[in-house]
Amino acid sequence: MIRCANLAKSFRRTRVLDGVNLDVAFGERLALIGSNGAGKTTLIRCLLGEYIHDGTVTIDGRSPRTERTAVLGAIGFVPQLPPPLKMPVGQLIEFSASLSNADPQQIDRIAERLGLPIDAVRSRPFSRLSGGMKQKILIAIALGRDAKLLILDEPAANLDPAARRIFFDLLAERQRDTTMLISSHRIDEVAALVNRVIEMDLGRIVLDDKVADDVSLSGRFACRLVARRADAALARSLEAWHFSADAAGLVWNGEVAGPDRLRFIGVLSRYVALIDDLSLREVTD
Amino acid sequence: MKQLWLTARLDIVESLRARWFLIYTGVFGGIVALLFVFGLTESRVLGFIGLSRLLVTYIQLTLAILPIFVLITTVRSVAGDREAGVFEYLLSLPVGLGAWFWGKIIGRYLVVFAPVFLAMLAAVLVGLLKGIEIPWGVFAYYTALIAAMAACFLGLGMLISSIARTTDMAQGMAFMTWLTLLLFLDLILLGVMIQGRIAPEIAIGIALANPLQVFRTAALALFDPQLIVLGPAAWVILDNFGATGYRIFALVYPALLGLLAAGLGYFIFRRGDLP
Repeated sequence: MIRCANLAKSFRRTRVLDGVNLDVAFGERLALIGSNGAGKTTLIRCLLGEYIHDGTVTIDGRSPRTERTAVLGAIGFVPQLPPPLKMPVGQLIEFSASLSNADPQQIDRIAERLGLPIDAVRSRPFSRLSGGMKQKILIAIALGRDAKLLILDEPAANLDPAARRIFFDLLAERQRDTTMLISSHRIDEVAALVNRVIEMDLGRIVLDDKVADDVSLSGRFACRLVARRADAALARSLEAWHFSADAAGLVWNGEVAGPDRLRFIGVLSRYVALIDDLSLREVTD
Repeated sequence: MKQLWLTARLDIVESLRARWFLIYTGVFGGIVALLFVFGLTESRVLGFIGLSRLLVTYIQLTLAILPIFVLITTVRSVAGDREAGVFEYLLSLPVGLGAWFWGKIIGRYLVVFAPVFLAMLAAVLVGLLKGIEIPWGVFAYYTALIAAMAACFLGLGMLISSIARTTDMAQGMAFMTWLTLLLFLDLILLGVMIQGRIAPEIAIGIALANPLQVFRTAALALFDPQLIVLGPAAWVILDNFGATGYRIFALVYPALLGLLAAGLGYFIFRRGDLP
């Protein structure tokens, strides 16, 4: 699906990509991780045909630079930072759907599933929406078309737990017929979403590893937490994950999306001294 | 073609919501309103009276404002969009680079031309309502002149946007371009010629190459075929071209210059990094 051979890119004298060789097969879910300046965004921009470079990049055997329309027609992209577009949300959806030959109503439906009341924001300028709303729109545009390759740059960073769970469901629905490349600074943010990890550092691939793929993207974990004492900060955090407590505020129950469990445990780690008991049990339908 | 018009439409919508467009429209609308408020149509200067007087003043003010306004706003918004990640996202959609670049130019051209033209049209409509005689020939030629001027400076702006990688650099280059053209207006050229340091042919060549000078001369030559109010450089040019020939040149040359600059900008754009 994706083939990079000896891919190199320099900005003036700075070598940002240094001989990257990468083969990604159809259906793989790839985490692209690395610190700032590792070369993740540059690699993504080369895949999107936005940068000129040395070496070769092909997607399905085609160059994204010289065969832009054909290649990009099959790619759904979510950028890390939403662009400051002044146009109304409705027009952005119409514009991108029209270019991609997608059904704008499908984009609307995905935005609604992510918890965004699309009719209420349709006439609002995109740049005036909250970070989470913008992210939902961009995800809906990327997933609302017939994309064979999804390139997602920190896609869930601005989403609340409920929207993240639906986002994972949406990815799960596409995983059989889509290759995914998900970029992140941290492995724990994306580990549960992927089956292969590529770590970059100083423009090179320093790790290429498979990931245990035991929990499906749409998996759920029932969680029960017993607190030593009632605590307002812990309660706020758990309520953000839609947990409910008993009358004393000590026993909390809720559900966590499979791919989100590392993030959830990361949140709990702040309150470790308050936790008496914790269980996570996979829910089977 | 669909991609081209979609991009043009997108740029129009983005521009209409931008602050620069509100200021731009306000400036030209305001100029026409002020010219009426201060009774310019009733005053007589150099034989001009009525709407002719208003139009010649309007075109002179447009000559002073439009080039720098178009240059700065074009490079600011294009280079700014690139820096802010708008290019990264929108160019990840399946749109051809040609459709993107030229669609952007078409959209921007309409947005730049429309307020200046509509302000002038409003002046004509008010003139009709007030029963003032309308100089239709002048109105038509000034419309064509504004269209050529907008094309010229938009093309230059897009070329600068393709070359410069940051907004600051783009703004600096745009300002320097405008300043250079301004420095070679006929007053400075006249000074150089008087000192006799360059051949008259070179001075004429510079004046002919400078779109600001070309517009200025053409705008005034319509009312002043004897070149009473123009400097000697413009007089030499008119002597070589003839009045009609120069009026045609003043439309064709800047429009071609803008088109060539835009073409070169596109060539640079498609060969380089997009965001």
